[in-house]
Amino acid sequence: MALPRGCKVRVQVEDFDVAALQEALLGEGAGEGAVATFTGYVRSAADHPVQALELEHYPGMTEDSIAAIVTQAAARWPVLAATVVHRVGRLAPGERIVWVGVAAAHREAAFSACEFVMDYLKTRAPFWKKEYGPAGATWVDARGSDVERAVRWDRDAVK
Amino acid sequence: MLRVLFFARVREALGCAEIELPWDEAAADLDSLQERLCARGGQDWRAVLGEDNMIRAVNQVVVAGNCALRDGDEVAFFPPVTGG
Repeated sequence: MALPRGCKVRVQVEDFDVAALQEALLGEGAGEGAVATFTGYVRSAADHPVQALELEHYPGMTEDSIAAIVTQAAARWPVLAATVVHRVGRLAPGERIVWVGVAAAHREAAFSACEFVMDYLKTRAPFWKKEYGPAGATWVDARGSDVERAVRWDRDAVK
Repeated sequence: MLRVLFFARVREALGCAEIELPWDEAAADLDSLQERLCARGGQDWRAVLGEDNMIRAVNQVVVAGNCALRDGDEVAFFPPVTGG
């Protein structure tokens, strides 16, 4: 799928360098005054210990669906550049999973587009998490609150 | 041929990641394909593929409801997504 100018999508096993990704966002030199970024990490808590996370995806559809989400964001806000990197494979607690960066002239578009991309990615991009804990392996259930967060953008659009 | 893919919980429950079925002009839609898979796989397949939250995609686009299929299409069955 063709992406808007300045937009990149990567699905990879390897870790990524957050500082380098943010610098690359500004490489276009299109008048950016704001960059909003989000980094997601593998979470493990005392009441829900996780030893590892396995991320499966649907190669091809994953990249296309993220590209579609970025394209929607760029149509809705004046986005100058955007990058989405999502890892797959086996990850340990504390490892980075996903990074979204959006550059815009002003903060409102950068904040909103970054949040929109994450909310849509959570409910539309074909990734699945399997958690490995003390009691064995379980597939993570989709959360109604994630769906609700994504749907609220649709409501806002028709106001 | 139709290429059929299964992901995550669905793949594990069926013990199958991918199968190919010959093209059948008399069963050229998604619901008919699912019925062919269930007839072939038995009760376990019928229970898994019939789950309420099952998502179906044709040529890597999620489809709501039934839709026509063409020879060479790629169909996928998977549970609700949990990335990010």
